[in-house]
Amino acid sequence: MKLVIAIIQPHKLDDVKKELYQEEVNLITVSEVLGHGRQKGVTEVYRGIKETGNLLRKIRLEIAVNDNFLERTIKAITKGARTGETGDGKIFVLDLSECVRIRTGETGPEAIG
Amino acid sequence: MINAGDTAFVLIASAMVLLMTPGLAFFYGGMVRRKNVLGVLMQCFIIMCVLGLQWVLFGYSLSFAPGNAFIGSLDWAGLRGVGLEPYADYAATIPHQAFMIFQAMFAVITPALIIGAFAERMKFSAFLVFTLLWAFFVYDPIAHMVWGTGGLFRNLGVLDFAGGTVVHINAGVAALVTALYLGKRKHFPQAVAPHNLPFTVLGAGLLWFGWFGFNAGSALAANGIAVNAFVVTNTAAAAAGLTWALIDWLHNGKPTMFGTVTGAVAGLVAITPAAGFVGVIPAVLIGVGVSIICFLMVTVVKMKFGYDDSLDAFGVHGIGGIFGALATGLFASKALNPAGADGLFNGNPKLFLIQLGAVLFTLVYSLIATFVILKIVDKLIGVRVNEKDEAIGLDLTQHKETAYTVLE
Amino acid sequence: MINAGDTAFVLIASAMVLLMTPGLAFFYGGMVRRKNILGVLMQCFIIMCVLGLQWVLFGYSLSFAPGNAFIGSLDWAGLRGVGLEPYAGYAATIPHQAFMIFQAMFAVITPALIIGAFAERMKFSAFLVFTLLWAFLVYDPITHMVWGNGGLLKSMGVQDFAGGIVVHVNAGIAALVAALYLGKRRHFPQAVAPHNLPFTVLGAGLLWFGWFGFNAGSALAANGIAVNAFVVTNTAGAAAGLTWALIDWLYNGKPTMFGTITGAIAGLAAITPAAGFVGVIPAILIGISVSLIGFFMVAIVKFKFSYDDSLDAFGVHGIGGIIGVLATGLFASKALNPAGVDGLFNGNPKFFLIQLGAVLFTVVYSLAGTFVILKIVDKLMGVRVNEKDEAIGLDLTQHKETAYTVLE
Repeated sequence: MKLVIAIIQPHKLDDVKKELYQEEVNLITVSEVLGHGRQKGVTEVYRGIKETGNLLRKIRLEIAVNDNFLERTIKAITKGARTGETGDGKIFVLDLSECVRIRTGETGPEAIG
Repeated sequence: MINAGDTAFVLIASAMVLLMTPGLAFFYGGMVRRKNVLGVLMQCFIIMCVLGLQWVLFGYSLSFAPGNAFIGSLDWAGLRGVGLEPYADYAATIPHQAFMIFQAMFAVITPALIIGAFAERMKFSAFLVFTLLWAFFVYDPIAHMVWGTGGLFRNLGVLDFAGGTVVHINAGVAALVTALYLGKRKHFPQAVAPHNLPFTVLGAGLLWFGWFGFNAGSALAANGIAVNAFVVTNTAAAAAGLTWALIDWLHNGKPTMFGTVTGAVAGLVAITPAAGFVGVIPAVLIGVGVSIICFLMVTVVKMKFGYDDSLDAFGVHGIGGIFGALATGLFASKALNPAGADGLFNGNPKLFLIQLGAVLFTLVYSLIATFVILKIVDKLIGVRVNEKDEAIGLDLTQHKETAYTVLE
Repeated sequence: MINAGDTAFVLIASAMVLLMTPGLAFFYGGMVRRKNILGVLMQCFIIMCVLGLQWVLFGYSLSFAPGNAFIGSLDWAGLRGVGLEPYAGYAATIPHQAFMIFQAMFAVITPALIIGAFAERMKFSAFLVFTLLWAFLVYDPITHMVWGNGGLLKSMGVQDFAGGIVVHVNAGIAALVAALYLGKRRHFPQAVAPHNLPFTVLGAGLLWFGWFGFNAGSALAANGIAVNAFVVTNTAGAAAGLTWALIDWLYNGKPTMFGTITGAIAGLAAITPAAGFVGVIPAILIGISVSLIGFFMVAIVKFKFSYDDSLDAFGVHGIGGIIGVLATGLFASKALNPAGVDGLFNGNPKFFLIQLGAVLFTVVYSLAGTFVILKIVDKLMGVRVNEKDEAIGLDLTQHKETAYTVLE
């Protein structure tokens, strides 16, 4: 079992979701986060003052998958989120030691699907 | 002779109509996605600035100064000769400038209504040029024809108490043209959930409040006609809001907040041309009727024909305005307002035909002129933002700002 | 003789000016970080309460009752002798109390303007004491000198139609002093992004609306002068808003929402002293110049001299007020308002010098008065919250509340 964490551009969320559904990955958690990588934030203007280095809005996805789904999940996120410019984001893959479905008490790979 | 009561009334009414534009900004602004809210607010607010200047410099003269049947002259440009004495042809008991500034607020809100059609995808620079040209070539001529002395429709006996034709049909048709010209947003027909529905409700509340200035103020005196307009305005809005809520309940299982405010605004639109000429029972009928028709337009027709009138500027204002102008031709009563005319139901079918003719003319005129203006602006600077900017949102790409912070 | 039209006008205008203080609360509240918004809203709202009482008990008497050249007597304390008959010395056609309550709204909003300078860092208790002392020792005397019968500046021929000196210069200078006295916020000069820019836009819309009551209402009758004031108010606000947007566009590449409303408010502030004495063309010039100078002040001078006028109370209101008072000295026209005077451009340079003198006097008085009061309050209880409370935010540390929930 793996936990896939992806940081993507907010406006690519719809595209990523579409790709994930096509790969039959239907269980995701989405949160709004702030951060920046190499591009060092965005420039905004407030009453004539340029503000550089503001943290950028990003979307964080968390997807728990069984091992056989890992590759297509990564493929779907990459395909949906890529624009080719700086700021497209990152995907992290972590080992997942346990998963419990609260309603039934099922554990392990059963619980993920 | 200046009457203090009338002057007080028209000035306060003018302030109330001014407040409708920020109200509209929030009404629309709540409906868009959070990345585009400033885009909408900015378009509304800059119109208050640009049209506020255009009107005193040229617009008032082109609309109301003596001219031909289609447009006024430039004799009153820069308010030359528009002073603090009454000008009896328009309003005999208030300073001429009071009438001018009351009308200014109408010139401001009319192009602001169109914003609903091209929300979330128009370039700000193109929007500015479009709006200014539209004021000169569509609003001012139509205002002159309907309300100006010597204007074509005024001479034909068209009744438009507070701007059904001039404001709502005019802007509504322009909205349809713009929505078609700019094309759909990327995700259409998938609906966009309003990012802040309470803002939309706040906007609707401010609009309802300001509409009393709009309609009752159009009597241009604190008299019985103003009172009648006030009463039927409230009644029609109430009837339309309730009707929409009930349709929602039947059609979707629950009455919605969004539907109720949409209905109320449609009711306010529809009663606008009729406010000085009909009583409360017609007002109730107009309110019920407009909600039924507008509901069909924004839920069924829009999807069927696939035009992305994003915030339903055409579906609510255009359709509501047409319905109201025609309803005036049906229900108008000379018994109620001796300065008006009798409608079809009071034995005068001719008025209905006149109203119908004015609707058709305005429709065709606004349609063609809006299209030509868009075409010109498109050639000059391009009207639509590119796909990436649309995805990122207008706030950041057009104004380098974001509406809300996430932390702190 | 009481005139119903005039009385209706002044009463509604009073209500509109009252609404400006909640409007200002949102205007400022949207600009601060979310941990401080209740701090700002609370300061504005409590002023409505505290000054609302101070005014009827003492303030009105100190400002307007017969006294010496500097301050009124306490003869009218608790509204003793201030009844429902007109007092011709101030307004001959409305009840004396109508004049009093109209003025009350000015006494409320003036100290509220100062809040912008010390936002996000002043102790609430110190703020309360400061505000009350400021009302007694700065606002009431300046009001008496400018508007009270027998007042020093009034006797010299100073003209301040709706409060450019009394309200904007006065509060603007106090703001500068307070910003300097309290010192910078921790992160200055790094700018704080407004946590809710739509709130700021809402506030600006309400302010623009209320300003018609403020300026047109200052005619104290629904007459031609009121109409003129209304027209130039709208025009100056529009010209200034558009100008700021264009400067933004040139200077930063995009026109911003925040800049546009800042400009509009600066324009409204600048036209305030002139509203009853100038026509539309001077209004446009005043609007353009206040945005040029205001932009320079808040985007460049503030950082060069490094004073943390957090929400630009000085940069917008102080500067706007000063420009407006001086512009009145240039553009005032007796042809427009026979009760006024001619300015420099109408052949009367003396009047410009009088206005200049009044500005200098007010600057010095407000500066010294505000500084002494801050010093006293600081000795008594300390004016600034400690560093930890500033970091946590005023909402939680000063009011034990938070503005927004995170969940549900």
